[in-house]
Amino acid sequence: MATATHDSYYVPHGTKWPIMGSIGLFLMLGGFATMLNGANAGKTFMAIGALVIITMLFGWFGQVIRESETGAYNAQVDVSFRMGMIWFIVSEVLFFAAFFGTLFYARIYSVPWLGGEGMKGVATGPVLWPNFEAAWPTNGPASVGGAFETIPAFGIPALNTAILLTSGVTVTLAHWALKRGDRSALCRWLFATVALGFIFLYFQGVEFGHAYGDLNLTLHSGIYGSTFFMLTGFHGLHVTIGALMLLVILLRSLKGHFTPERHFAFEAAAWYWHFVDVVWLGLFIFVYWL
Amino acid sequence: MSSHTAHDEHHAHDDHHHGPEPGLMRWVYTTNHKDIGTLYMLFALLMFFVGGALAMGIRAELFQPGIQILEPELFNQFTTMHALIMVFGAVMPAWVGFANWQIPIMIGAPDMALPRMNNWSFWILPFAFTMLGMTFFIPGGAPAAGWTMYPPLVLQGGWNLAFMVFAVHLMGMSSIMGAINVIVTILNMRAPGMTLLRMPLFIWTWLITAFLLIAAMPVLAGAVTMLLTDRFFGTSFFNAAGGGDPVMFQHVFWFFGHPEVYIMILPAFGVVSQIIPTFARKPLFGYESMVYATASIAFLSFIVWAHHMFTVGMPLTGELFFMFTTMLIAVPTGVKVFNWVATMWRGAMTFETPMLFALAFVILFTIGGFSGLMLAIAPVDFQYHDTYFVVAHFHYVLVPGAVFALFAGAYYWLPKWTGHMYDEKLGQWHFWLSTISVNVLFFPQHFLGLAGMPRRIPDYAVQFADWNRISSLGGFAFGLSQLIFVYVVYKAIKGGEKATDRVWEGAHGLEWTLSSPPPYHSFNTPPKVTEAEAHS
Ligand SMILES: [Cu+2]
Repeated sequence: MATATHDSYYVPHGTKWPIMGSIGLFLMLGGFATMLNGANAGKTFMAIGALVIITMLFGWFGQVIRESETGAYNAQVDVSFRMGMIWFIVSEVLFFAAFFGTLFYARIYSVPWLGGEGMKGVATGPVLWPNFEAAWPTNGPASVGGAFETIPAFGIPALNTAILLTSGVTVTLAHWALKRGDRSALCRWLFATVALGFIFLYFQGVEFGHAYGDLNLTLHSGIYGSTFFMLTGFHGLHVTIGALMLLVILLRSLKGHFTPERHFAFEAAAWYWHFVDVVWLGLFIFVYWL
Repeated sequence: MSSHTAHDEHHAHDDHHHGPEPGLMRWVYTTNHKDIGTLYMLFALLMFFVGGALAMGIRAELFQPGIQILEPELFNQFTTMHALIMVFGAVMPAWVGFANWQIPIMIGAPDMALPRMNNWSFWILPFAFTMLGMTFFIPGGAPAAGWTMYPPLVLQGGWNLAFMVFAVHLMGMSSIMGAINVIVTILNMRAPGMTLLRMPLFIWTWLITAFLLIAAMPVLAGAVTMLLTDRFFGTSFFNAAGGGDPVMFQHVFWFFGHPEVYIMILPAFGVVSQIIPTFARKPLFGYESMVYATASIAFLSFIVWAHHMFTVGMPLTGELFFMFTTMLIAVPTGVKVFNWVATMWRGAMTFETPMLFALAFVILFTIGGFSGLMLAIAPVDFQYHDTYFVVAHFHYVLVPGAVFALFAGAYYWLPKWTGHMYDEKLGQWHFWLSTISVNVLFFPQHFLGLAGMPRRIPDYAVQFADWNRISSLGGFAFGLSQLIFVYVVYKAIKGGEKATDRVWEGAHGLEWTLSSPPPYHSFNTPPKVTEAEAHS
């Protein structure tokens, strides 16, 4: 039986993946920094670093998957993995919280102050920018980036909300199928989830193209453009990561991995997917709608 | 069925590895919590001396008025890098090293819960600090806007911004992975009978520290990312012309920054709570109140951040809110100090080096706490803000606070780690020289600050000359005294009197039931924990 496991906690011996990851990160980020400062050699280092990181990811996850499939991990190791994933997701939530905090601070406090509201506004706004009237969206008193239009919530964003919510349902249906032992349903629902994820990303790309091409809404569009693209951009990156995770899970399901009792990797990817889903709801409400 | 053979294979595999791998690559590939703990601590010690060398440069420049050896631009680079290196390179990694060594052997686990990730969280650090350190050699030099990285100043430097931002990202990754490992190990790897309220205080404080890390580090990552995009990608987060606000950076930064100071000090509380009962030969007074006080401090640390910003122009309600929440922290901290003193009350005390450092911690950290209380009073802070009074305050909580607790813990557990007793006489010399010099170094800075000497400026008015000279002399003496510590550690690693398992006659806890040094795999079979051996 594939569920038979070790009686003692599995402690691996020696690993070359972390040092590889560190070297890859160093090359990639060092190269990126060099490139940002205008030296083209940075691009080469970035590319090499990215390749090293990708190799490391395949090697590291590959080894863990092999160990998992050969039953090296007992139930206690499984719990460690679960807790680890949960706290990783919590740290990601806090990363987004920084940008949501920025958005709220700008909308509730700093933009009205800039427009002269309240004790603090009286002291700064009229002195620095006497003609600025606070409003949201805004690109500030200097109209940084030029006039722009925003994307209405009930167009592509609402459609994307429906897509992501549906994908949350399909991934749950996949989980139920896995727990029933119905592998073909598992693969079908997983495929649907991954497909919805990539459709979401496609629409997001269309929306960004529209913003840049037709609405003049860009990263340069003052505080509105900054918060808009920072939040939606990082969310899109996380959707990409989540979709790739689910894609790996789909390929593993097709190969016959996972049992109705033991499928930590599936659940980890599903939790991550729900996390990007919830972040999107926050985005839809506070960035697009209100 | 196939797994049965796999099962046997793994057993066979295990049999080949009862000890460390041979050769230098052991340290690069290791997944062993003790190896990784040692790496962390040695790295932290190295960074302590790099950051210390920068501090010596700063004190040499401030030895007398006028510009002597450091041009203002370089002086600013020194203060910025000194802080970044000491905070992220010395104190934090040192505590993670303690966590690695101690958590498994104090809760009865074979190793940390996620050993490969453990390796990565260490091995990111040398690369992060290479990236940070090499900014000294790039166009524009090292970051010079202070470790707090306030825009717009920080955006006006040379090449260093991007390197600093990515170095901070790497340090954040390392800290978050380390914190996840600590939480999972403590929650999932405890020996049977080691209930939560039987855990040693060091374990409790580190568990709470790990939660702080997970909540605070991602926010710092977000803050520096916005600096990067403001500089290179045209965003206007901190640019009022585009509707942003430079003060917003300070809010995001200090939402990380204040919990960060507790990340550096809570493990110190834990270590001191281990040491005082051992050398007072009495159980810790008010164990449960210590746990709740630590948790309260951690909670409060997230709602006090703007006490660093009283002078930037906040609405009055903000000033009041952050003033009162900050002063509230004195309550749980007072509980702790009271409990340490009550533990010693009528104890059969002896004064070996760990106890001396722990006692100095209690007294000198409390001085730093009181000056913090003064700074918490918003109207008074308008006078103190950005003066040497602030420098004196946070150096009191960080040097005779966090660093002394690190020394206390190092002397306390060095016999366990190396298997040899350290040189007690040299330890005492290290203690007395450090304690005297650290006060000569930092106490006069209170006077300088109250008299109005601004921080982060290489020159000063002549009326500040005397106290600055005394402070610098204390600084040089403190720096030199630390060489004794290196020699003591070296000597204990090399040999000396064999340490017994229990090492200290009054010590309680699982780590003292293991041999000194402990076997490569700490607890292969989990011990059964009873109330008596639970916590001291
Ligand atoms: Cu603070």
